[in-house]
Amino acid sequence: MTRETLLSIEGISKSYPGVKANDDVSFRIGEGEVHALLGENGAGKSTLVKMIYGLVKPDEGKMAFRREGYAPSEPREARSLGVAMVFQHFSLFDALNVAENVALGMDNPPPMRELASRIREVSESYGLPLDPSRLVGDLSAGERQRVEIIRCLLQDPKLLIMDEPTSVLTPQEVEILFHTLRKLAAEGTSILYISHKLEEIKALCDEATILRRGKVVGTCTPREQSAREMAEMMVGATLNAPERAATEPGPVALTVTDLSVASPSAFGTSLKGVGFEVRQGEVLGIGGVAGNGQDELLLALSGEIRTPAETVRIHGRGIGHLGPNERRRDGVCTAPEERLGHAAAPDMSLMENALLSASVRKNLTRRGFIDWQGTRDYAEGVVKTFDVRTPGIGTAARALSGGNLQKFVLGREIMQEPEVIIVNQPTWGVDAAAAAFIRQALLNRAAAGAAVVVISQDIDEIMEIADRFAALNEGRLSEPVPTQGLTIDQIGLMLGGAHGMHDAEVPHHVHP
Amino acid sequence: MFILEKRPTPSKFWAWGTPFLAVVLTMIAGSIMFAVLGKNPFEAIRTIFWDPLFNEQFAAYSRPQLLVKAGPLILIAIGLSLGFRAGIWNIGAEGQYIMGAIFGAGVGLAFYPLDAFYIFPLMVIAGAAGGLLWAMIPAILKTRFSTNEILVSLLLVYVAENILASMSLGLLRNPEGGGFPGSRNLSQYDAAANHELFAGTGMHWGVVAAFIAVIASYILLQRHMLGFQIKLAGQAPRAARFAGVSPNKLVVLCMAISGALAGLAGVFEVSGPAGQISIDFNVGYGFTAIIVAFLGRLNPIGILLAGLLMALTYIGGELAQFMLGLPSAAIQAFQGMLLFFLLAVDLLSNYRIRLMLFAKEAR
Amino acid sequence: MDFYGINPSVLIASLMAASVPIMLAAIGELVVEKSGVLNLGVEGMMIMGAICGFITAVETGSPFLGFLGGALGASVLSLIFVLLTQVFLANQVATGLALTLFGLGLSSLVGQGYVGIKPPATGAIPFGPLADIPFFGRVLFRHDWMVYASIAIIAGVWAVLKFTRAGLILRAVGESHDAAHALGYKVIRIRVMAIVFGGAMAGLGGAYVSLVRVPQWTDGITAGAGWIALAIVVFASWRPWRVLVGAYLFGGITVLQLNLQASNEFPIKIPVEYLAMSPYLITILVLVIMSSGRGRASLNAPASLGQNFHASH
Repeated sequence: MTRETLLSIEGISKSYPGVKANDDVSFRIGEGEVHALLGENGAGKSTLVKMIYGLVKPDEGKMAFRREGYAPSEPREARSLGVAMVFQHFSLFDALNVAENVALGMDNPPPMRELASRIREVSESYGLPLDPSRLVGDLSAGERQRVEIIRCLLQDPKLLIMDEPTSVLTPQEVEILFHTLRKLAAEGTSILYISHKLEEIKALCDEATILRRGKVVGTCTPREQSAREMAEMMVGATLNAPERAATEPGPVALTVTDLSVASPSAFGTSLKGVGFEVRQGEVLGIGGVAGNGQDELLLALSGEIRTPAETVRIHGRGIGHLGPNERRRDGVCTAPEERLGHAAAPDMSLMENALLSASVRKNLTRRGFIDWQGTRDYAEGVVKTFDVRTPGIGTAARALSGGNLQKFVLGREIMQEPEVIIVNQPTWGVDAAAAAFIRQALLNRAAAGAAVVVISQDIDEIMEIADRFAALNEGRLSEPVPTQGLTIDQIGLMLGGAHGMHDAEVPHHVHP
Repeated sequence: MFILEKRPTPSKFWAWGTPFLAVVLTMIAGSIMFAVLGKNPFEAIRTIFWDPLFNEQFAAYSRPQLLVKAGPLILIAIGLSLGFRAGIWNIGAEGQYIMGAIFGAGVGLAFYPLDAFYIFPLMVIAGAAGGLLWAMIPAILKTRFSTNEILVSLLLVYVAENILASMSLGLLRNPEGGGFPGSRNLSQYDAAANHELFAGTGMHWGVVAAFIAVIASYILLQRHMLGFQIKLAGQAPRAARFAGVSPNKLVVLCMAISGALAGLAGVFEVSGPAGQISIDFNVGYGFTAIIVAFLGRLNPIGILLAGLLMALTYIGGELAQFMLGLPSAAIQAFQGMLLFFLLAVDLLSNYRIRLMLFAKEAR
Repeated sequence: MDFYGINPSVLIASLMAASVPIMLAAIGELVVEKSGVLNLGVEGMMIMGAICGFITAVETGSPFLGFLGGALGASVLSLIFVLLTQVFLANQVATGLALTLFGLGLSSLVGQGYVGIKPPATGAIPFGPLADIPFFGRVLFRHDWMVYASIAIIAGVWAVLKFTRAGLILRAVGESHDAAHALGYKVIRIRVMAIVFGGAMAGLGGAYVSLVRVPQWTDGITAGAGWIALAIVVFASWRPWRVLVGAYLFGGITVLQLNLQASNEFPIKIPVEYLAMSPYLITILVLVIMSSGRGRASLNAPASLGQNFHASH
């Protein structure tokens, strides 16, 4: 099928200090085409679309929009030509309502009342219901994305850019989104779809351009390629699935009973009566769309939020009332989702960051005085064992790449040999090789007899490493079920189906 | 066109280089200010920075004054620096300084005219307690009601100043003072006086306390877990909670230390150089100490040097007032300017500046 | 109708005048904070406004030009804050403090030759017979124009923030500068304008102190009014009309304690110093009450308050 070219990109390059984000990138998008931009984290996808949207200026190269030279100096210019973008994150204002958020993304918004009625109209016609007067901070992740999509649709876009749109959606919500996108494409809107999820691209996209380390390494028609072929183009290496040793789980190590926690942040989700058990040697995967109480669950398990003693028990002993260091002493280690700022202090060296959580279990202090030699040895051990690529342990945490820092953070916790380890989004934003390494390390820890809890949005990850699966939805946890034999539809329903789309009963027990 | 580029790791060179650069820039800008005021800028700079130490005519008087003035500045700044590092902004040290002086002097005057060895130590304890208690008000309001400690500690300065006025006119007024405001002179009451320890050096117990504070805070920050927690809480509050640091405990602790040190500075001042409680007892040490803390980059050794430098500008300023008729407010503006330049050049340690002569406009 | 020698209509009228400086400074700071910037230099800007306004009024003989000069002087000082925090990315708390310390020093330096001089008087607007209405005439129609102007400014800020696109963009920048940047808004430019507006308002407030309230020049004339203005922004939980309420409350306490100091008929003799410290103590008390009611007050606080913005990519 030949189409008229809408946007062509030729020889675009962009450098940042120390990295070449884009190197001589060329491709073209046809009218009404759904074009995938495929690549790992850090492959240069985001920089490329920021240039198309006018947020960043290319160093070299040319773009043409409907054969006219195209070089937007600011997003407004891009929008005026009909280029619209749905961001991965960072483009909504929590304390403003839906209509105000939509207005901020438009150049000449109509008066508020008229805008509100148009939002209702458009959102209904595309099957994405939204109340214009609600505060955005109170919306679910899927609803927040709808705000962004509707903001774009109200401007009749010719090209809609979507940056990793499905990472915050349940499988059912993904279906609805794809339905909307197909409808848009049929109406003649071109879509540039950025993702690293191969199955989605196969299901949705007409053409694909694959980026690796800033360069185009291939183009293909996704429907005609296998996911494995595309993955290997994207990663540039053959991937190995993690090994799992079949072991019988031991006695119960971690018990959580009726854990209810009010969220410390204004727009967070409170936990409501969460309960589960994890045995020694077992991996429990907790799935769920972001913002359904994952952060709160980790805070309550790490001891940053305290609860009545009996709500969290380790080997039967109540520890809910203890703080993080007392829990570490009892064998509980955790790794929060946010690496920079929560799990690690950005401006501190790796050595200081090793001290941050390992001082108790590794005896790095004597009567309050720090054993710097011991700390240095420990940090070097983590760097070596977990293959952290860094010039040295004196490097500041923020100078490390996401994958390397995550290996350091996980290594720091795992090498303390915890009896219970809880990790939140262990491989979010991490390249494939590092992700595989981290998953293997978690499985190894389980094989060594620890109880492992993995909180993750990535269902594939949970299916790969977890023995049992539970879904966290609006602060409530479903009954854990064995992962073997679980279908993607069942998981989707457990995750809450499609938010606000229909009032389907969410089954708490899914029998395979 | 300038481009700012964040450095992956803060520059070690500029961490030490910026204060010197800031001092040089302030001298240049100060010279311009002095010239505008109709004074010879070179003479003014020499009078402020050179003459107090090396001019034969003045050095004998000025050199001891250096320690006298630097003592309280360093003592207060060390306390403030711990809080500033942890992101706890106690800017009411002036009030804690006043309350320390009132408590200390109150205890001393209560014993008058008894002569006993324990009076001075008791005054020192009372002074530290006075500053500490005054600092506990913003600390507890912050931990209990999450009230902003910047505003509360600052507003309490005005309250303390009024208490000071009330004390020097009422409770602590010298009964033999012929109705003049102000307390008895403590330097004439041996058991309560903070005398110069070595004649002609300006060294008194407050200076000794300042040196001890410098050393103790150096060890705390370099070697002790508490110092690590303070730094962590300031740089990454969420990471600090993950590391098991209780933010509330840290607020109380940092406020207590800074309050107690400011109170100590107050009691050493009132029993030594100032001599008495009077309406104009406080001269702004608590505010200047904020500049000292930043100029010293919140580092104990840096604060020691910055305190000495700032003391020099005080003494030199007085000298310039006396010799050149330079208004005393010019020195205050000069000190403020120093802080501006320091904050501005601080950028160099975290960012790299690139000059783009031929900015590429890719089309 | 007097209470211990204090006339209620005079009291209300004078509290309206007494609250003008903090009201102006606070509404300016409200706009600054709504854009996500915390400028603790209000006291320094106010006192620069006080001296610049005073000098201009004395030299030109026009109080109107005096107010203009005050606004201008303080905005120039606020440009230093702009340069340091928006260009050099310096810590906003430290820079604000520096601004106050510097402003206090500089104002006393430039004010050297103006101690003991009387500025030209800022007269009341003649409302004719309206001014003679019993009680209300005294309360509402015998003020100088700045009293009315300050209320008009509050109304203006309220309307702009609530109804206009400029207000929406300002709130958006204060809520999340990253999101605003991603949508193509010029975060720094918007914040610079807000800071300069805040400076001008603090300057007007300062000029009102030296030209109308006192009226003369002495060192440290603003006596902490800038800090109280900062507290009032918290008290008002970033809502313009509440700034008015807060300013009147503190204006009332100030006037009341001054009246009590002067009154010979009040049965209990409270020492002057304790009366003089009461506005500060009550400010603290109100701050405590406002901040302990966490939820809503904190929700209205701009989410990026005090954070610097640097567009990295």
